[in-house]
Amino acid sequence: MNASSTRRGSAWWNDERSRELLFQALIIGVVIAVLAYLGHNATVNLRRQGIVGGFGFLSHEAGFEISPALIPYTPADSYADAMLVGLLNTLLVAAIGIVFATALGLIVGLLRLSGNWLVARLALGYVELMRNTPLVLQLFVWWNLLRISAPGPRAAWQVLPGVFVSNRGVAFPVPEYDPGFRWVLAALLVAILASAALARWAGRRQARTGRPFPVLSAALALIVLLPTVVFVALGAPFHLDIPQLGAFNFKGGVTVTPEFAALVFGLVVYTAAFIGEIVRGGIQAVSRGQSEAALALGLKRRHVLRLVVLPQAVRTMIPPLTNEYLNLAKNSTLAVAIGFADYFSVANTILNQTGQAIEAMTLIAAVYLSLSLGLSLLMNLYNRRVALVER
Amino acid sequence: MKDKKDHREKPARDHAMIELRHVDKWFGEFRVLKDVSLTVKRGEKVVVCGPSGSGKSTMIRCINRLEEHQKGQILVEGIELTGDVRKIEAIRREVGMVFQQFNLFPHLTVLENLTLAPIWVRHMPKREAEDLARHYLARVRIPEQADKYPGQLSGGQQQRVAIARSLCMRPQIMLFDEPTSALDPEMIKEVLDVMTELAEEGMTMVCVTHEMGFAQRVADQMVFMDRGEIVEMAPPAEFFAAPKSERTRLFLSQILRG
Amino acid sequence: MADIAHAALVRPLPQLYRWLRANLFATPLSTALTLLVLYVLIKVVPPLVDWAIVNASLTAPNEQACAARGGACWAFIAKWYRFILFGRYPYSEQWRPAVVVLLLIMLLVASCDRRLWGRALVLLWAAGVAAVAVLMGGGVLDLPGVDTDLWNGLPLALILAVGGLALGFPLAVALALGRQSHMPGVRAFSVAYIEFFRGLPFITVLFMAAVLFPLFLPPEVSIAKLWRVEVAFILFLAAYLAEVVRGGLQAIPRGQYEAAAALGLGYWRQMRLVILPQALRIAIPPLVGTFIGGFKDTALVSIVGLFDLLQDVAVGTNDPSWRGAYIEGYAFVAAIYFVFCYAMSRYSRSLEARR
Repeated sequence: MNASSTRRGSAWWNDERSRELLFQALIIGVVIAVLAYLGHNATVNLRRQGIVGGFGFLSHEAGFEISPALIPYTPADSYADAMLVGLLNTLLVAAIGIVFATALGLIVGLLRLSGNWLVARLALGYVELMRNTPLVLQLFVWWNLLRISAPGPRAAWQVLPGVFVSNRGVAFPVPEYDPGFRWVLAALLVAILASAALARWAGRRQARTGRPFPVLSAALALIVLLPTVVFVALGAPFHLDIPQLGAFNFKGGVTVTPEFAALVFGLVVYTAAFIGEIVRGGIQAVSRGQSEAALALGLKRRHVLRLVVLPQAVRTMIPPLTNEYLNLAKNSTLAVAIGFADYFSVANTILNQTGQAIEAMTLIAAVYLSLSLGLSLLMNLYNRRVALVER
Repeated sequence: MKDKKDHREKPARDHAMIELRHVDKWFGEFRVLKDVSLTVKRGEKVVVCGPSGSGKSTMIRCINRLEEHQKGQILVEGIELTGDVRKIEAIRREVGMVFQQFNLFPHLTVLENLTLAPIWVRHMPKREAEDLARHYLARVRIPEQADKYPGQLSGGQQQRVAIARSLCMRPQIMLFDEPTSALDPEMIKEVLDVMTELAEEGMTMVCVTHEMGFAQRVADQMVFMDRGEIVEMAPPAEFFAAPKSERTRLFLSQILRG
Repeated sequence: MADIAHAALVRPLPQLYRWLRANLFATPLSTALTLLVLYVLIKVVPPLVDWAIVNASLTAPNEQACAARGGACWAFIAKWYRFILFGRYPYSEQWRPAVVVLLLIMLLVASCDRRLWGRALVLLWAAGVAAVAVLMGGGVLDLPGVDTDLWNGLPLALILAVGGLALGFPLAVALALGRQSHMPGVRAFSVAYIEFFRGLPFITVLFMAAVLFPLFLPPEVSIAKLWRVEVAFILFLAAYLAEVVRGGLQAIPRGQYEAAAALGLGYWRQMRLVILPQALRIAIPPLVGTFIGGFKDTALVSIVGLFDLLQDVAVGTNDPSWRGAYIEGYAFVAAIYFVFCYAMSRYSRSLEARR
């Protein structure tokens, strides 16, 4: 054997290529074998339990309530409708959560960087407390605070004027619809378009003559003033639909359930701690030298921030921020722990009712995986676009 | 603008562009500058040297108030540096600075790096700012790199862009904070050549550097600092041939041997 | 920071004044913030102290008696702490899970010691895991057998997390190497695995383990729920740890691979002797971070019906005498999680600072 291998160069099993092929074939073979074994077991088990596979069950009547539901839904609707209602609830929680968590996170991050010792310490304490305890525990605390410790509607806590917290949930005022709003809205739209045009014009003028124009303040004034003027001209047609205590509960305004309130609040305060650290890290990642160089050129502080520091900080912040948004969306599945009907808990209810475990889990995985993979695809595209060019 | 005159004191000596009078600075408990006094006249080139940690970088960073001094006075073109933001900005417009780590803005092209300050500080039309930028890029001999990003350039090229970026503000004074320390040996010369040309054109310059060849060629005044103090100040001929202080002699022997 | 504050306090007054001036009243905005924070603190802290300490009850027959005093009901913890910590584990045998908790903590602490990194640590872990299994399960050495359903509370959380780490880590290293491999088949498998588990919320993985997993086993085989959930932890943690290890691998300069290859080392020797020791060292701080996440995830297992710390609190507060003491119970559990997570995050930060 030895002689032949020296004569012909080397034996095939010592060839790098064929070794790799063999190794890969082995791995793929093992994976296929395992999957086939599991599949066989599943078929046997399902046949025993008398469960028919496939997604036909989705058109059957669901038979359970879902509250809240963003689209008209009754227990007589199908499982597919129920899942859609759950999906919309998940998206609603994620959307509200992301907006508020970003705002709060930005504040937390800036407070962490504050030169004020007390403020920076407090912000740090908040971040550490949030990050070092499980989210589900925090959700239980918020939920039980609302459900058990909060008073009944009659003695509801008024945390802000018109906002009532009771064991029935959180009631807050909403503006009553008035036909005049259409014009106010139109004015707002016009103001936004005008601001965009203004920004373009100002940019061109600065390029041409060098004279800068305070676009930001002008646009802000435009966007605030124009709708206000239209609003006042229409005779200020504004009525708040303020929650009023009825016989058993609040009437008017909007009341959200304790589950929804606890879930959104919990997700926001938890995620904000992580976003705060991202914001802090992003700003700190821009080296001191960058702002020093900009200052040394005579730029004003706000211009240094706007033209040099922020563009670089945002670049480093966007990828982890997206990741955190994704985490928030995934963490919203904890709704199942406190009984809020999000996509996951609706699917779980269906699973329990129908016994279609494989199908239900497939539908669950499909939604969250496409969300994750879609977002990371977008992120990769974005990163390729804004990545700093290096040699 | 009108009251600008009021801020100016009568220059103590003729054409004093920079004047440090008994400047002291602490970092916490640590005294980094001890009673530093220095005058730089119009067109003068001062080279500052000294061991690391001697306070030389801190001193020139005080001149455009990247560092704040605690005691004494600093006057630039007769304007005293205080907490007044407007005065600080006015002085920074007239004083260019080149850093050891270049500090180019990585998210902007070379051309945008150069036009940023002329557009936002001098309110120059974009076209004009770009012409100016191309002019200075040609001066530092890299006109072809205008549309690249800093990350695509070599260290020497980056530092020349940084010099051009400062020159675009048409400064009265240029500060150099160890401009060649972060460069590979073969790139040091291209940066020093640009600096020498600048000196020959009569720019007022304060350079912190250990390039003694450069110092001998262009300096009007040599300054040696150690432990936060100015130990010795002399014209280069005298400074290199017959240093008065023992500390200077020791430092020179180390640096010239290496 | 705390040191600076302390130093400022013991030094003479002018220094204190200077410190206050620089850190609390430097600018009008800073002053306003300070005053606002002080106002809020004055509003919040005294009632909190009243509730948690002044009016609190350490001994009380029931929650109603605590409520009458208007403060925290620490009596609930005093009465129930053993159940919260160890759940339904036979009362007289609870020294065993207590020793297990100490053992696991010691194992984690030992893992922080750089001198042990290497073969010694692997042996230590093997011995530790064996000891934990014997102590918890019993059935040998005169220890009465205890069913895994009764492994509750804190030991459950630690076993799930530590087990997930111990078995997930080798898998993670293999996946990370697989993702870096130039063999398309290996790479595709690793990428698919990692992206699948990272794309799913952990709860769905838990449900798969609890609900789906038995479906895929032969009818005659049944695996205790604890082990199914443990598998979920291992598989899930492995995906996250793999990405961290990959980060470490990417931080190793090409020259190291080339130098190792030039010495005539084969692929596995290159990895084992040159690349992995460096890559893992770099990856340790983020590895600790990932492990903290995994440990926090142990709070989720009550959702699939395991008796973790949260479930134990729920059992306690279901007792009519103690209904309403949930805040105290959750505070107790939160404190336990916080101590573990905070200690680990401090450790990882100290490693980062040392680099």
